Amino acid sequence: MASVPIVEIDKVSFGYDAARPVLHGVSLRIEPGSVVGIMGQSGCGKTTLLRIIAGWLKASAGATRVLGESVHELDSEGIYALRRKMGMLFQFGALFTDMTVFDNVAFQMREHTDLPPDLVHDLVMMKLEAVGLRGAAQRMPSELSGGMARRVALARAVALDPRLMLYDEPFTGLDPISLGVIARLIRTLNDSLGQTSIVVSHDVEECFGIVDYVYFVSAGRIVAEGKPDAMRRSGEAFVKQFVRGETDGPIPFHYPAPGYEADLAAAAVHG
Amino acid sequence: MPLLLCMAEPSLLTAVRQGLERLGQAAAAKIWRLGFAARFFVAILLNSGTALRRFRLIIREIYFAGVQSLVIILVSGLFVGMVLGLQGYDTLQRYGSSEALGVLVALSLVRELGPVIAGLLFASRAGSAITAEIGLMKATEQIAAMEMMAVDPIARVVAPRFWAGVISMPLLAALFSAMGIFGGYLVGVQLIGVDEGSFWSQMQSSVDVREDILNGVIKSLVFGVAVSWIAVFEGYDAPPTAEGVSGATTRTVVTSSLAILALDFVLTALMFTGGNGK
Repeated sequence: MASVPIVEIDKVSFGYDAARPVLHGVSLRIEPGSVVGIMGQSGCGKTTLLRIIAGWLKASAGATRVLGESVHELDSEGIYALRRKMGMLFQFGALFTDMTVFDNVAFQMREHTDLPPDLVHDLVMMKLEAVGLRGAAQRMPSELSGGMARRVALARAVALDPRLMLYDEPFTGLDPISLGVIARLIRTLNDSLGQTSIVVSHDVEECFGIVDYVYFVSAGRIVAEGKPDAMRRSGEAFVKQFVRGETDGPIPFHYPAPGYEADLAAAAVHG
Repeated sequence: MPLLLCMAEPSLLTAVRQGLERLGQAAAAKIWRLGFAARFFVAILLNSGTALRRFRLIIREIYFAGVQSLVIILVSGLFVGMVLGLQGYDTLQRYGSSEALGVLVALSLVRELGPVIAGLLFASRAGSAITAEIGLMKATEQIAAMEMMAVDPIARVVAPRFWAGVISMPLLAALFSAMGIFGGYLVGVQLIGVDEGSFWSQMQSSVDVREDILNGVIKSLVFGVAVSWIAVFEGYDAPPTAEGVSGATTRTVVTSSLAILALDFVLTALMFTGGNGK
């Protein structure tokens, strides 16, 4: 069955400047209703890919279609209109520190709709109930733990029931309990709200536990893709190294450097 | 000279060339940044609709920038006025015209010290806070989150703070001058014993609403625009790191202070010279 993909990226390349290419001809498809993981090392280009999907960065080549719109052809108003159908959870939550939890979750409703305050109140309480933090509605972000802040940010991101959710490293810096809670929420919200989700992460177990499909990115290229179970059994050298966390493999331990002996000799000369 | 250059060591020539290149690059970077700041200013003006329609956004920022600066402005105004009273009396009594103390205190404050000192204090107290707040919002991805929620941060974060600064500054300068005049009165009339009637009546007859007070208000308004613009720009342009935000905050205070003093000279030259009798 060929459904219309929510996100379709075709041979996308990107570089902050000509000397530093980040993505090379990346192609991927994300089907409606799925939770898709984009995994790879830090700095491999996965967050850049997420930013291209969100219309934040413009690809230097290739086509990006999101929710039926060609992102690379949209002007800033078109991008803003598209973003109203998307939600994004940032790495550390990015809650507005000068607002209460309630006001954070109500922010988009107040900015984009003319809903009466009573209805906004009820909707905010429903979102907070979904993440288990209705009791913290009047707290300030500084009074929350890291895990709670991430859950509030999640409630805020889904405030207007977006069709596409983007998660940028949602598990970073969380304790195991909070991490499990966030992972479960991502899956539950996706299924109950009929969303499609993209999870950018380097946490193998948590990510594999909730995604339907995963893409592995290395040095700006997609090096492997498939269902999590297939990836666990994959014979591809990078996937094996990444999933098992091995030091030996295609990703070297050492950053490129001149010969060790030459460097030591140079130090002796200068010293 | 050509002979000298020929004789110079190649390494010296290279060093000179590199020095000139660095100078050129630094100058080009400054000009580029100035152009960026000008475009940012236009963007603020074009995106002010939301803030002006939802005026409570501006009122909230007036509270943070203006109301919370009141203590420092009022206390400084009182002391500056008291010093003016002492110094002014000391000079005036040598010429037997100590009853003109009211005029001296009022004119000094309304024309110059009110707008300038209130502007400098506003830059240090509120300008730095605005820069740090916007810079930290950027560093903690709050600005990015807002953009992802399809809300323009220039309209929602920058414009309200800019207009709050522009509105607060003339009010703070006026309060500074009023407090200063009261300080001059306390020292001149209550402490030293200058005639109260002459103090007030000479002030009333010599201070002109248009020439003195209005020009002072215009000055403070211009300073308000300059400080607010610099503060929001530095915050928005700050690199999203601890170092970046601290550097931007320092630049706000330094650039704003220099801008106030330079603009004060230009405005004074335009307002109070050219044979307008003042």
